[in-house]
Amino acid sequence: MLRKGGSLLAVLAVLWGLWEGFKWLGEATELRLGTFTVTDLTMPHLHDIVGQLFEPSRTNGPLLIEVLWDSALFTAKEAAVGFVLGAAIGFAIGVVLHHSRLLQRGLLPYIVASQTIPILAIAPMVVVWTGSRGTPAWFSVAIIAAYLTFFPVTINTLRGLDSADPRALELMRSYAASTWEVLWKLKVPASLPYLFAAFKISATASVVGAIIGELPSSIQDGLGGAILNFNQYYLSSPPSLWATNLVAAALGISFFLVVALTERLVVRRAPEHVA
Amino acid sequence: MTDAAAVSLRQLGKTFAAGEVTALQEIDLEIQPGEFISLIGPSGCGKSTLLRVIGDLIRPSTGEVVVNGKSAQQARRDGDYGIVFQDAVLYDWRTVARNIALPLEMKGWSAKRRDERVRELMELVELTGFEKRHPWELSGGMQQRVSIARALSFSPALLLMDEPFGALDEMTRERLNGELLRIWQETGCTVVFVTHSIAEAVFLSTRVVVMSPRPGRITQLIPIDLSQPRTWETREEPRFFELVTELREALHGGSGREPSLRAAAE
Amino acid sequence: MSAIATPVAGERLLGRTMRGVRSWLPALAVLVLGIGLWEGLVAALDVQRFLLPPPSDIVRTFWDDRDALWGAGWYTFKEALGGFVIGCSAAILVALVLARWRGLSSAIMPYAIAANAVPIIAFAPITNQWFGLLNPLSKMVIAAVLCFFPVLVNMLRGLTSVHPSSIELMRSYAAGEVEIFRRVRIPNSLPYLFSALKVASVLAMIGAVVGEYFGGTQEALGVQIRNSAALFAFETAWAAILVASILGICFYLAVALVERMTMTWHPSARAAE
Repeated sequence: MLRKGGSLLAVLAVLWGLWEGFKWLGEATELRLGTFTVTDLTMPHLHDIVGQLFEPSRTNGPLLIEVLWDSALFTAKEAAVGFVLGAAIGFAIGVVLHHSRLLQRGLLPYIVASQTIPILAIAPMVVVWTGSRGTPAWFSVAIIAAYLTFFPVTINTLRGLDSADPRALELMRSYAASTWEVLWKLKVPASLPYLFAAFKISATASVVGAIIGELPSSIQDGLGGAILNFNQYYLSSPPSLWATNLVAAALGISFFLVVALTERLVVRRAPEHVA
Repeated sequence: MTDAAAVSLRQLGKTFAAGEVTALQEIDLEIQPGEFISLIGPSGCGKSTLLRVIGDLIRPSTGEVVVNGKSAQQARRDGDYGIVFQDAVLYDWRTVARNIALPLEMKGWSAKRRDERVRELMELVELTGFEKRHPWELSGGMQQRVSIARALSFSPALLLMDEPFGALDEMTRERLNGELLRIWQETGCTVVFVTHSIAEAVFLSTRVVVMSPRPGRITQLIPIDLSQPRTWETREEPRFFELVTELREALHGGSGREPSLRAAAE
Repeated sequence: MSAIATPVAGERLLGRTMRGVRSWLPALAVLVLGIGLWEGLVAALDVQRFLLPPPSDIVRTFWDDRDALWGAGWYTFKEALGGFVIGCSAAILVALVLARWRGLSSAIMPYAIAANAVPIIAFAPITNQWFGLLNPLSKMVIAAVLCFFPVLVNMLRGLTSVHPSSIELMRSYAAGEVEIFRRVRIPNSLPYLFSALKVASVLAMIGAVVGEYFGGTQEALGVQIRNSAALFAFETAWAAILVASILGICFYLAVALVERMTMTWHPSARAAE
């Protein structure tokens, strides 16, 4: 535990060193990459970014970190609801498609194609449509988050359900097991590693979906709104946008960690072959 | 029970690939309750197929299968047999105890009854103390013992075994042979056992069924008159060697000539 | 013998073609059904036409504006392609390095996985600041980073989850590290790699479009979608979405085709019935 903490600190220190080192070098050599130059504007000092968190976000306003914390919670709510919704729907679709080859052939191409539609594009439509039905705006964002979540879960549910050992299927047949019993006693437990692999991807995807979903919805309360806001005022305070991104990154990582920890507790499997 | 045969096969045949491959041909066999039958023959002779037909995991193309006085399908539905594969086929996500309890859960046994039965079975296969372990923590031999315990959990009258010890080393194999015989005597079930090993077939069985290479037929039935209970000493008796020789010659002489490598590879 | 072989071979080819067509039939049926349903429902339920226009309207707009739309599409696609190439090549290189020096990889892996969990898209405004709003490089960087981590994680998995016996076999042939990579690790990693490349192709396209949302040149698809949506010109928006989607699908299929051609030995390449 201590060693893990120690190595984490070491990595953070290395990253900090790389950042500041690159900045120092870039400024000293007046590095140019296209229109990119290294200045305090394009690459604020890390301590400035962290320090900005403890500055008021606007004159006589609350500290930036408070504002970002509230935004993060707001976005987290949308992402969490979207995740649960998307995971449940994705799993259900996966189970149905697993049991029907015909439906699989008919629907899978469109399910795959659906992910090529940039959600950003349909977000305004979703928001307007649900808004006209009286659902709160954040729920529309949750729907968008769910849209990004369901796909990996569906694909991995299909793969996982297919992964059951054929001998184990024969065994179930010898017990005259019903389709339902085979599903819940054999196939679903066998698919858990695949499901959690998908959940880890979906955890991130739901946060991304929530942030992006907020953008066209003119929702001010979440991280998406904060990003837009601080982007507008970038020139007056570059560290603020960076700080916001830091918080967004932290949100994404914490969602991921929650899923990874749950996996540790739930999934017991033989250790993998690595050579 | 009546003196009805435990398993009765009449003119059984099985073809695959729209009649192109004949796995089994004109199989006639009566297995009495309490017998220990071994099916032995070269690769591709259909012995595993025959086992699966008895278990209604494969439907025969022709002929009749009667298990415990019912159709094979009904016997499967009623849970009249337990099956053990060469691979233990344990569920990684269940502990040893829960693996053994699997068929009992599906038959709707109460938790209390299940726990009691699992305890009995673990004593039977001598694995007490390993209840909470996971399959990958056990050796191959131990995993097979769990598999056998699971197969016996609901006390079936018939036990089907498809080369269960094939993946184990010789010493573990001989030891498990002895344990299997002990379990057989204690439970009084009928066993149909598929094997590649001549010595194993002779040591375990009351009768050995010799099968020919594809198309699989029964070429000979050899009764094994060694005394029970059989121990490691039995393997050193002169009669044991005679029977092994008899079986080996039956396998060689099945088609009237030495089996060529090509025939075995069919 | 040959007199009998030819008709049989012909029959088999016909059989395979028929099976191929049959496997596509359900998808085709769904498409026809779906479009018909869409057209019908929009008319019947009088759904706010501006939100979800009937397919006929979208197709009409698509045709009318096709030059502008495809121009924008091509522009965005180039960003996506650039990002894809940069991100995936970088990821493959890093994966090869990490697989060779295993100590590094076990140290770095958890962080690569965590970095994959960061919403990269939030950095679009920053890349815009760096390279300029109108510079395609700012979107390419986003697409590249989006591609980088999935490909890195998967390729690394593919390079390292080799059966220990395969390695022992190679060592018994006195094979050096480079040989082992060439003959064992890299072939083993191909399925993992292509799986990730397919995902990356879609991500690159999405990254480019979404990146443009934060600002970009008028000839970019994402900008067009945003602008037309803001003006409630949803038919144009949907037509542009259609273009983005088609390009994304084509990109994906192109990668899948390369996969088929490269991995003819893999079970998944054989006819999946």
